[in-house]
Amino acid sequence: MKLHTLAHSRTGDKGDTSNISIIAYRAEDYPRLCEQLTAERVAEFFAGLLGPGAAPVRRYELPHVHALNFVLPGILRGGVTRSLALDAHGKCLGSALLDLELTPAKGR
Amino acid sequence: MNTLRIGSGAGYSGDRIEPAVELAEHGDLDYLVFECLAERTIALAQQARISDPQGGYDPLLGERMRRVLPFVGAQPVRRRLRVITNMGAANPLSAAEHVRRIADELGLDLNVVAVVGDDVLPLLRPEQVLDNGQTLASLGARVISANAYLGVDGILEALRAEADVVITGRVADPSLFLAPQMFEFGWAADDWPRLGRGTLVGHLLECAGQVSGGYFADPGFKDVEDLARLGFPLAEIDAEGGAVITKVAGSGGRVSRATCTEQLIYEVHDPAAYLTPDVTADFSQVSFVDEGVDRVRAQGADGRGRPSQLKVSVGYLDGWIGEGQMSYGGPGAIARAQLARDVVLKRLELMGVKMQDVRAELIGIDSLHGPRNSVEPWEVRLRVAARCEERSDAVRIGNEVETLYTNGPSGGGGASKSLRQVVAVASLLLPRDAVNPRIQA
Repeated sequence: MKLHTLAHSRTGDKGDTSNISIIAYRAEDYPRLCEQLTAERVAEFFAGLLGPGAAPVRRYELPHVHALNFVLPGILRGGVTRSLALDAHGKCLGSALLDLELTPAKGR
Repeated sequence: MNTLRIGSGAGYSGDRIEPAVELAEHGDLDYLVFECLAERTIALAQQARISDPQGGYDPLLGERMRRVLPFVGAQPVRRRLRVITNMGAANPLSAAEHVRRIADELGLDLNVVAVVGDDVLPLLRPEQVLDNGQTLASLGARVISANAYLGVDGILEALRAEADVVITGRVADPSLFLAPQMFEFGWAADDWPRLGRGTLVGHLLECAGQVSGGYFADPGFKDVEDLARLGFPLAEIDAEGGAVITKVAGSGGRVSRATCTEQLIYEVHDPAAYLTPDVTADFSQVSFVDEGVDRVRAQGADGRGRPSQLKVSVGYLDGWIGEGQMSYGGPGAIARAQLARDVVLKRLELMGVKMQDVRAELIGIDSLHGPRNSVEPWEVRLRVAARCEERSDAVRIGNEVETLYTNGPSGGGGASKSLRQVVAVASLLLPRDAVNPRIQA
């Protein structure tokens, strides 16, 4: 199942760092997102964009709004002002992340 | 005052104008705030001011003010509406003059006050180091602007001076919204929990339509009504900093827990430490509660002591970016576009064009997030962009793409080219005491 069916997302930029929110539509899916969407998994998903020297991806939890916030330093390669990228802000990154495949929830 | 009503009239410099007019006319507002300065807007404005000493403020300032000023000031049957905006950009004094002229033309008696002190270029020393590792000395004359992110201080002073319109340069976005809350409710400058809550309100409102259904729709998953007539948001705030986010009844868009949550996390790193010049806000325990259609209560924000240093954004010239694009369609489109890319890159090498960085990609295939296996598309667009120190080099990027017409693979069409000077932005920190925000009426 794609992450897109369980969660929505918005991407922000500051300097050459992006932050990507992943917000569960339903509170009951939040634990599953917490379990499967590790900082390492997100870093792996964007490995081709982050480059080898990038600082580690950080993950923050916002339990009352059942959301995760991923911070990706260096992914904008110089930031909006210098980047040659078509999407220099990295605004489309969150939508791409929603393509991530989730494994079925564990039985309870 | 029991309930303070603050509306958000712009989320960036080029934003739509009618939703702001709708708020001014029908929002029953006490304040209408326009946030119009992105990271490098002020550096670009400073360049404009160099060519025109009376310029350097927001190009839409005049049009916005003409449309909303008739609703501003003391009114017989409605609340007194005041305007706060950072549309002063690199020249708040000239911007204020311009607004006074418009008020005169409209026959309005309004007190327009400018906040200055964010321009700290004269205070910087050559040995100071930017966050990108470069010293100011190494950038030399390429530095064009240095603006400190001011907090609420100057705006508070302007409101105490009975300003109807407050025009600032660089002020932290949430501070534009926090200042009227502190002023109306008499919050102390070290009342951290209330300042944290007021900063949440500012953060939710500062991108205007982004909390009321803009930048949200995903058909079939997140549907939004009538985006063409998106209503901009307003907050109803109580003296404790409790707030309901809503919009003018009948406008398009949507205010929901989901729209508020997306905006809560937008451009935030550690939600427990959102730094502004006024407070270290804590959004980590925020929650949202539905209070009816398009009405959402925001609660749970907190705050603690403010940073001792202010962030300064430094704008500097950093070469040129040249770009060219060309489309290919029909069977074999990708193969021809790839051949075209190889030809352009080879040509740039043969001609000895000096590039600091170059990027060549196929829009529709790999331009956003890199390549991935997919079916052959009906069309694809080649894009080549390079950053060069010299303008004369950058200009050749687009030209070379254009020559694909008669020299490249078959069937290229719709060539376009562009050239722009790079105004890069980096930052450093200054002690708070070194910066002196003040008003000029």
